[in-house]
This record gives sequence, C-alpha cells and structure tokens, in this order.
Amino acid sequence: MSPRDRNGNARPGSVSPREREGDARPESLPPLERKGDARLEPVSPRDRIRDALTRSQGEQAAIVAYLTAGYPDPERFFPALEDLARVADAVEIGVPFSDPMADGVTIQRSSEQAIGHGVSLRWIFDELARREPDLASPILLMSYLNPLLVFGYDALAERSVECGISGFIVPDLPYEESGPLRAALSQRGLALVQMVTPVTPPERLEALCAASEGFVYAVTRTGITGRAVSLPPEATEYLAQVKAASGLPVCAGFGVRERAQVEAIEKHADGVVVGTALVEVLERGDDPAEFVRSLRPAR
Amino acid sequence: MHEDASEHEALLDALIAGKLPDERGRFGPFGGQYVPETLMTAVNRLSEGVRDVLPSADFRQRLEAELKTWVGRPTALTHAPRLGERWDADVWFKREDLAHTGAHKINNGIGQALLAQALGAKRVVAETGAGQHGVAAAAACARLGLPCVVYMGEVDVERQAPNVDRMGRLGAEVVAVTSGDRTLRAAIDEAIRDWVSDPEGTYYLIGSAIGPHPYPLLVRELQAVIGREARAQMLAAGGLPDAVFACVGGGSNAIGIFHAFLADRDIALFGIEAGGCGSALGQHSATIAAGRPGVLHGNYSMLLYDDDGQIQETHSVSAGLDYPGVGPEHSLLKLVGRVDYETASDAEALAALDECCEAEGILPALESAHALAGAKRWAANNPGRRILIGMSGRGDKDMPILSRYPRSEAGVDVAA
Repeated sequence: MSPRDRNGNARPGSVSPREREGDARPESLPPLERKGDARLEPVSPRDRIRDALTRSQGEQAAIVAYLTAGYPDPERFFPALEDLARVADAVEIGVPFSDPMADGVTIQRSSEQAIGHGVSLRWIFDELARREPDLASPILLMSYLNPLLVFGYDALAERSVECGISGFIVPDLPYEESGPLRAALSQRGLALVQMVTPVTPPERLEALCAASEGFVYAVTRTGITGRAVSLPPEATEYLAQVKAASGLPVCAGFGVRERAQVEAIEKHADGVVVGTALVEVLERGDDPAEFVRSLRPAR
Repeated sequence: MHEDASEHEALLDALIAGKLPDERGRFGPFGGQYVPETLMTAVNRLSEGVRDVLPSADFRQRLEAELKTWVGRPTALTHAPRLGERWDADVWFKREDLAHTGAHKINNGIGQALLAQALGAKRVVAETGAGQHGVAAAAACARLGLPCVVYMGEVDVERQAPNVDRMGRLGAEVVAVTSGDRTLRAAIDEAIRDWVSDPEGTYYLIGSAIGPHPYPLLVRELQAVIGREARAQMLAAGGLPDAVFACVGGGSNAIGIFHAFLADRDIALFGIEAGGCGSALGQHSATIAAGRPGVLHGNYSMLLYDDDGQIQETHSVSAGLDYPGVGPEHSLLKLVGRVDYETASDAEALAALDECCEAEGILPALESAHALAGAKRWAANNPGRRILIGMSGRGDKDMPILSRYPRSEAGVDVAA
C-alpha cells in the first residue's frame, strides 16, 4: 500500500481506533467512485487527523504519541514507529533540531543523539519513501521552523504528501508568522496544528482555534502528577474554554505518564499528547507500544 | 535590479525616519516573532511596555538619572593621536569601556531592569557568554532589588571564572548550562525555556539586539545613547568622522553607535565580525559575511547553519562575538547597503589589541579589538581620514585568554 493511497482513500466520516484496528478492508478493494457522491470524496490529510482524534462524550481519550525521528537509533526507529501507529490514534515524529528551545531535557537529549546519527528532515522523508512503513494512524511532523524554511515550503508540502505525512506542528511558529507555511501546506490538504496555552487571552484563543487544522494542541503547565485522578479546577476551566472555542478535537499536553491521568482527561478533552514519557521509555530500552497500551483505560 | 535598488532605498528611508521595525516587528524582511505560543502574551505585553513605558517622562527621568550617576554617562570621547600617527589617520574612541561594569552592556542592563520593574516582573532571567552581560544584568538587578538568574554555558563558566564569581557577589544565581553547545547559544535556549515556564512573572533580560520583537527595537533604543553622545562629541571636537567602526556579534554596541549616523549618508559605517581562525563553518562567527537568512531565537535574520538547517557552532577568540546569529536590523543594513560588514581574524584582533595598549595606554576588550583591526585595514587604503571606533568594552576580563598568546610586535601588520 503506497503512502498516497493511505492519505487519499481513507474512509469518510469518523472512525474510532477500535473499529479501525478491526477493519479488515482488503487492499484490493476497488477504487472509490469520486464523482457525484460527496461522501466518497477522498479525505484530505488534515481531515484524516481530525477524524482519527474525534471523540464523542464518554468515549475514551485519543492518544497522540511523540517519537523523536531516528531515536533510539535509525534502525530501531521504524519498527517503533509502526508499533506506535498501531496503538496510538496519531503519531508525531519529532524532527531533531540543534536548538529545541521549547523542549525539556529528555527530548533535547534524544534530538542531540539523533542529529549525531545523521538524522535530518531529508533523512526522514527518504527513509519513509524507501521503507514504506505500514502506518495505521495519521503521522505528523513536529519541527522547529529553520529546518522547514531551509527545505523550502513548497518542496516540503510535496514531499510530505508523497511520504504519507498528514500535518505539521511547529513550536516556534506563532499564528502571526505562519502565513507562508500555512499557504503551502494548505494547497496539499496538510494540517498546520495550532497550539494554545493557559496564558492565551480569550480573543486570541478563539482566533487560534479557528485557524488550527487537524486538532487543537492545548499546552498546559499544570501537570497532573502522582495518582491524581481529577484535574485541578484551573485546568478544567481552561480546557472547557478551548473545547468551546474549537470545532476540532482538542488534545492536551499534560506530561501524561499513567492511565489514571488519561482517564481524568476524558471528560475535558478529546485526547492527550504523550511525549517525554515515551522518549524515556525508549531511553530505558522498553517497548513504546506496550507503554501506550498501558495508558488505555481498561473497560 | 533597479527595482531592488529603489525598494532598498525606501527601506533605508523608513528606517531613518523611525518607521522600522513595523508593528509586526519587521525590519524589511527581517525580524518578527518566532516564539512558542506560550510566550506570545509575554512578548505582546513587552511590546506594549516598549510603546507606553519607554517614552514616558517618568521612565526617561529614572533611566537618565541612573545612566548619569550610576553608569557614569556620558562616556568620554578620546583622541588617539599616537595610533593615528601610525595609521595615518585621525582616530577617536567612544569609550564604553569606561562605563560601569566595563562595557556598553550596562546601558541595556539598567534600562531593561527598570522596564522589568515598571512591568511588575517578580524575577529576571538573563543569558551570558563571556559574562559581561551577566554582570551588567546582575548589577542592574541588585541596584533595583530584583532577583536575577543568569544562564551561562558550562564551557564559558569554566573559561570566565572571575565573572562567575562577580555575578555571584552581585547577588545573581548563575546556572551552568550543560545542554547543546554549552556556550552562549545554549545559554539563550535555556533562558528562553525558563521564560516559557513562567511567562507572566519572569522578565527575560536579553543581552543583545536579537530575539523576538520587540527586543531588537528595545535594545537598540537603550544602546542608541552611544551614537547620540558620540555624534555630538565628534561635532564638538571639530567635526563628524569619515567612517565609524564597531564590532558585531549579536550587534548591540554596533547598532547603538551606528543609529545616530544612519542619516549622515556620506559617513561610511563598518561592522566588523569575528573571522576567527578560518573560513570553514565552525571556524568563525562571521554571520553576515558567511551566513544565510534563517530563524533562531525568535527572529528571522542572517544565520550560520548547515544544509539541514541545524545551527552551527562558531569560533572566535572573543567570547562576546562567538554567536551564530545577528540582530535583524544589521541584516537589513547589509541588505540595503548602508553598512559594510567585514571580518577581522583572531590574529588581527590580538595584534590590534596590543597596538592599542602600547600606543594609547588602553586595554580594549577582544571584541572591541576587532573594530580596531577593521579600522586599521581601512585606514591603510584611505589615508588621512577621520575615524571613530566604538570601544565597546575593556579588556581586563580577557587577561586569562591573553596570557595564552605572546604579545604581538606592535605595528606589525599581521594581516599581510
């Protein structure tokens, strides 16, 4: 199955991951009829992200898993990515950068190691194209701006579609500066995910949620630590504001490490982003997919 | 090409007329605000502060009082006749080395600390390379009673031990940065991370005319006092110079001295970058001479990076110039051709430092020695001209490094 097919012929409408995992749609299914039936229009990459993360009330939270490209080493990275894509609802591949100013020490360390192994944006694209990994969930690239700028936005969008990438998260690109990249990605149906934070003023929050594509990434400094099973009131209030402002699924970055935290999120957001904890799992040499599975509420 | 020329002329006119940066923080194509969303509220609030607080009578009064009685401004304009005789030039120094704490950095340190206080900050964070900005920030925060944390690369902590002790005695907490390249660049990354974790209570006191808007504007406004004084002092001393020289790392002392002369189109302006020990990536810090536009530390400007966009390590004998980026206003001044950017090597700077010591009894900072070296080279091709050199700091801090190099034969042209 080529990456383009994965993007182009995804099923219309929202599908939960459980259904998707059980979906045995054969590869040989005849091509979808595209004319005359709006429901059979191919789903754009950005809508594929949205659909994968959409949750209705009472459903368990979606999990967006983060993995630094080429970590722990270039050979072990792709099996880990495939495994994660089977258990998570979307996967972010971190493009290593020399100056990751918005990341903590764990992700910094993994970035440095990856760069040391020769990993770059070009390497990611080339290896995705060469290996054609079987990726069951939509894949996003998380990158600081300079590597994208140097690659060239049009080439970036074209190559992303060829390699089955559905969208981008760019931590040092605020909405005001995002016009040129957004335009290039938009032409190819790729998502540019917008981040919001607890210090984002209300009018700005509305504008950012309206501009976001794929999902809204709700950054929060209010970490839930230990065995807390309910969110502090300021966090629930904040997430309620984001949910009210957003027509897209809202995923929260909370420093999630355990199942109780994921369960606590369910009432307030559509999903969680798991980043640092996963890199630590890899640092220890443990199985990242197993870790994500352990976060799934047992029902 | 012709359209480019008129467009560039219009940009320079706008800059001189005080219309740049524009409301989005752009100096033409350069500048902007490339920061995590967590910091957008903080940089917007800072922009409002720069717009409302900086020009207010109360702030101006407090700043001028501190500059006069605590920093020791105006700094002297010194004639350098013995050096001038050797170079066949009329040489003048603007003496920022005489300012409190020994460099121009204090103009910015006290100005931003006053602004932080006016904006209600509970603590200040700063980065430092050689330690000069760290010392200035620590001193200014002590003066105003603000808690101060200084991030400094582990490598710099080792090679600039006296300044680490100095900051500590001035009440600052110095944090050694062990990530990244463990020098100035990593220290800025770490200061930004600190700021991201508490954007409401923490004020980031950046040390050069870099970073997201409004920092390049703010730092230029606080350093422009150098050029304003120098221009008036030159006029009082017989006339404006034919050329002005300043060293450029991030570029705060250079933008400070250049700004007052931008409209004097017949005065040539020269920014001298660190040519280090060679022209390969990693051997120098010649950002404008050898770099390409890119994004680092919040702005779009000239930058040293590889084909994958990874920022490159730099080298200079002078820690204060050892930075892979440069302020966005310099990138514009290069684009429109108002300032010429050249390089001076480690060896040229060391020779110029020794020559200045011997001829004028002034030990310049290794940073400032790059400006001296650039001026000397220009004077050789343009005899009999009047030259102003920005003496951005004093060289006492460089003694541990200088002790590793034998004293140059003064007057010997090591560039030849």
